[in-house]
Amino acid sequence: MKGSVVKNKIAIIVAGSVVGIFSVLLVFFGNPANMGFCIACFIRDIAGGMGLHRAEVVQYVRPEVLGLVLGSFILASKNKEFLSRGGSSPFTRLILSIIVMIGALVFLGCPLRMVLRIAGGDLNAVVGLVGFLSGIYVGILFLNKGFNLKRSYTLTHMEGYLFPFVNLVLLVILLAIPSILFFSESGPGASKAPIWISLMAGLIVGGLAQKSRLCTVGGARDTILFRDSHLLLGLAMILVFSFLGNLAFGNFNLGFEGQPIAHTDGLWNFLGMSLVGWGSVLLGGCPMRQLILSGEGNTDSVISVIGLFIGAAIAHNFGLASSAAGATLPGQIAVILSIVILLIISWGNSEFLRKSKS
Amino acid sequence: MKMIDTSGMSCPQPVLATKKAMEENPDGVSVMVDNTTARENVQRFMVKNGYQVTVEKVDEAFVLVAKK
Repeated sequence: MKGSVVKNKIAIIVAGSVVGIFSVLLVFFGNPANMGFCIACFIRDIAGGMGLHRAEVVQYVRPEVLGLVLGSFILASKNKEFLSRGGSSPFTRLILSIIVMIGALVFLGCPLRMVLRIAGGDLNAVVGLVGFLSGIYVGILFLNKGFNLKRSYTLTHMEGYLFPFVNLVLLVILLAIPSILFFSESGPGASKAPIWISLMAGLIVGGLAQKSRLCTVGGARDTILFRDSHLLLGLAMILVFSFLGNLAFGNFNLGFEGQPIAHTDGLWNFLGMSLVGWGSVLLGGCPMRQLILSGEGNTDSVISVIGLFIGAAIAHNFGLASSAAGATLPGQIAVILSIVILLIISWGNSEFLRKSKS
Repeated sequence: MKMIDTSGMSCPQPVLATKKAMEENPDGVSVMVDNTTARENVQRFMVKNGYQVTVEKVDEAFVLVAKK
């Protein structure tokens, strides 16, 4: 029994280390700076690659994301951990993940990229981290008030197989008939590692993340809630190894100004990541974890991933996403509205708050 | 012994429910979980809080029994 606890610890250390190292290598092979992996950015790019938004600089069906889902699917199936289930407040999850994506695109990165940005010396991401932790803390307040989205149910295998299958189809299209997709000719969407390297990195990390349950939100959440730093260890490993890698490749530049694909608008960096932290705690995991669970047959997470896609399309079609110049006015309005919506959803699903009312 | 069922609950609900049950029944609880992630999380929480844990597989689920 102690042995399995130790084994799990090794798994999380290995997964975090590999994510950190691969992130630096993917930048070396062509991915945008401090963006070896970024789930929000890459899903945004895929949404663009499929024409769901027409921001021409961020369109590319990122093989890393397809690899994450398929890697998770393969390992979960092999270890008999594939479980087809869903039905836990799907529409609420859709709305929550749209909000998570809007927050991420106002900040310019998911929690994973936030860590990679810190490891590259981007101090704006430290402001984001404070916001992220604040958001997680607010989410935990509601968890302690009985927040939950009710149980999920076992579904047919077919329901769980569909999402990995869709990812496989998208991969085949990318390889065989890329002409039907959109590709950026300039900007972050045009910065990319070779397809096979991206895909392999995604598959390996997908498998490791499935095995280790790596989650960027779970680390801080469990530490605050249960004094359990198990998942936080994974996040720390990502930070350490990507920092060392950046030093080795000469990619470490400490400061606020002139950071790659980032802005210096402190308030909106803070609030954007607060939305991500808060929303992800309510969803039960960060965007990367949602992708991994999608590969394991969890269709509640599939709905969350779809929400991330819709959020990306909304963010770019309505000018909510930030640029290097800073947060936009529509983006700022969307963040404020999202905070109100999160408050309503948090309150409305917190059993103990509701009980004391009636 | 207090028995709770966390089937269908997503992270971190199984551990939250276990924590609440253990606070109300410090001598020990048994917890049913229906996936390996929840099993690992609940087991880690029990061990961390000084309990002896036994795991039993029941059909597709697991029952974790924590005793002082």
